[in-house]
Amino acid sequence: MQFDPFVIPFNIGLYFILIYVVTRSVLWFRDLSRPDKLRLQRGFFGNAFPLSLKEIFMESLIHRKILKTNLRLGYMHMSLALGWFLLILFGTIEADIFGARHLNAPYKAIFFRFFNPDHGRMGFEAAYSFLMDLLLAFILSGLLLAIIKRFYSRIVGLKKTTSLKITDKIALTSLWLIFPSRLLAESFTSGAYGTGSFLTGSLGSWFATFLPVQEMAYPFWWLYSLSLGTFFILLPITRYMHIPTELFLIFMRNSGIKTGDKAGTYSEVQTYSCSSCGICIDACQLNFSAGITNIQSAYLMKAIRNNDDVSEIADNCLMCGRCDQKCPVGLELTPIRMIQRRGGEAENDIRNIYKGYFRSRQTIIPDKLNGSSNYDFLHENEPGKADVLFFAGCMTHLTPTIKNSMIKILDASGAKYSFIDEQGGVCCGRPLMLAGQDKEARELINYNSQMIWKSGAHTLVTSCPICYKVFRESYYLDVEVLHHTQFIKRLIDEGSLKMNFLRKKVVYHSPCELGRGSGVYNDPKEVLSHVSRLEKSKFEDENSLCCGGSLANMKVSSGNKKKIAFDAALELTKGKPDILATACPLCKKTFSAVTETKVADISEIVAEAIIQPSVKKNISNRVFSLKETADI
Amino acid sequence: MVKNNMGKFGFTISKGRQIDYDSNDRGIAAYIFEKEPSFRLCIECGGCSATCTTGNLTSFSLRELHILIKRGENDQVRQTIKKCMLCGKCTLVCPRGVNTRNIVVLAKQAFKKADEYAI
Repeated sequence: MQFDPFVIPFNIGLYFILIYVVTRSVLWFRDLSRPDKLRLQRGFFGNAFPLSLKEIFMESLIHRKILKTNLRLGYMHMSLALGWFLLILFGTIEADIFGARHLNAPYKAIFFRFFNPDHGRMGFEAAYSFLMDLLLAFILSGLLLAIIKRFYSRIVGLKKTTSLKITDKIALTSLWLIFPSRLLAESFTSGAYGTGSFLTGSLGSWFATFLPVQEMAYPFWWLYSLSLGTFFILLPITRYMHIPTELFLIFMRNSGIKTGDKAGTYSEVQTYSCSSCGICIDACQLNFSAGITNIQSAYLMKAIRNNDDVSEIADNCLMCGRCDQKCPVGLELTPIRMIQRRGGEAENDIRNIYKGYFRSRQTIIPDKLNGSSNYDFLHENEPGKADVLFFAGCMTHLTPTIKNSMIKILDASGAKYSFIDEQGGVCCGRPLMLAGQDKEARELINYNSQMIWKSGAHTLVTSCPICYKVFRESYYLDVEVLHHTQFIKRLIDEGSLKMNFLRKKVVYHSPCELGRGSGVYNDPKEVLSHVSRLEKSKFEDENSLCCGGSLANMKVSSGNKKKIAFDAALELTKGKPDILATACPLCKKTFSAVTETKVADISEIVAEAIIQPSVKKNISNRVFSLKETADI
Repeated sequence: MVKNNMGKFGFTISKGRQIDYDSNDRGIAAYIFEKEPSFRLCIECGGCSATCTTGNLTSFSLRELHILIKRGENDQVRQTIKKCMLCGKCTLVCPRGVNTRNIVVLAKQAFKKADEYAI
């Protein structure tokens, strides 16, 4: 027996998805920019290729990162991915060794038992059947978890699972049907022929005692083929597209391609690579502190894939980057959200089937890029020449203690500095960028850049992580940009700051824009441990919380912001520290409103610890003057 | 005729200063009220204007703009509101927890939409 009509749905599905994936990848490759194409080519012949193969095995099959964060969820993903992969692999080998011919059509391997019902009675054949049954049992155990998870998400340790649209539901049902129908079809066939191993064999012989297994088998082989075919055809318009896309993503990332400012191939590949596992939902503070459960990254990705209007989702986010760190696929979720913000409100596409398979890409409305100047009231001014510039930023002007502490530190350091926005300068442009208004932001950036260029400085120190990030990433400057914690760290290393040790217990809150946003984790902590007793908290470095005051969220109400701040402060002050230290004026301001503990910026703590050099100077002056008088 | 004579003596007729709610277009305000309910909480204390980065450099006043939008005197707001740098100080100082940044963004959006739908 070499062919049976029941394999047709499977064949249609399989060849459809293969052709689709090839077309899609050609389209994606064509849309890449020239440097990215070169990167990809270089990656293919270089290190990136073997690295990607390893990563694909570890992440796409074993799901190491999900296993690390959540054992049961990881097992569920692993059993389905690795189990299915091995089932196909060993099935193909089985068909090749034990089948009538070598090099069979794919359907021969998938429906091997149907075409070779007598296979697996004894010896090596039986051992091989045992292996196949083991794999099937492995997948079924994961599937059972998946089904339970759909109804009781807590069972896998998730507080909330992603909600689905209709095509997702059909695809999910067909996915769920694949393995049980395979189990039943194989069992019935095995029952009829007395073959099969511990799972299909025993189940089959049990069925044979009270069912007409010979007749029962055929419809289940049809069901198995149909559910496979349906699943393959629906794959591109559901979240299961992540199965093929993730391979591209891993290879592209290893080749050094990054998410740009505009929607492009890479951002699209990332959007499709999201499996809606739901880890970002649990990581999101808007979820667990403020109870907002419809804007998390998994939902953003889904809305983009569905061509929905995403402006409401995209704007309602603190951009703290916690989900970026937690994402097991390593998607750059915050940059993708920024792309959506830049585009503004998109016009909804008319939903049709074709659009589902070949989605139109979001474009930026032209008048968001052009238009007259909004800030023509800004006049050029001449800053004084200096080596070090201090840019306090808007938020620091709202927290004058930080500003005064910085002045004290800069004075003590002996550097030749100039305070460029002493009289309240111009915003750095980051808040406008976060609101998706890049053109306006660029105007402010140009204004500030001119001022910095003219001063001839080599170092720019800023007190605000928001400014720090934009100065580093979006300004084209020939100066070294330092956050004040880095600057203080440098002063300590050089020995230009003499400080007392404060006998105070301090816990450090890493601001989002400084930590996850710019990768500065250690300098602030080293400064703190230099002047005080730094305690560890549960939320360190990449896992640190957001204070909730983020300028990135345009939508969240002040009440919800307070809730987030309250929860975060509560977690951080669990060890009863004397001071809750932070490195951001905005975090300081937000936390001060919700906690009894003293909240201070690192610069304030350092300024307090500085040994006043002026005192020494006075004494020496007096001694000198005494000498003078004695001489007379 | 009268105007000309008056002009000769250095007098002008001052513009009408009443606020006509019936003829004013309060659509912009309605749009903002709908999307950002905290707009209603404003007590016009002027804290936002006092701390404003742009206000430090020009006569820009968010408080004034709030009042004008609520009255429907949109013409004076349309261009001025673009001067805002969205730095967010106003939101932080607001004693009533008004989400002022979103109001500015929404107002800009509303003006753009109104322009698009105008004939």
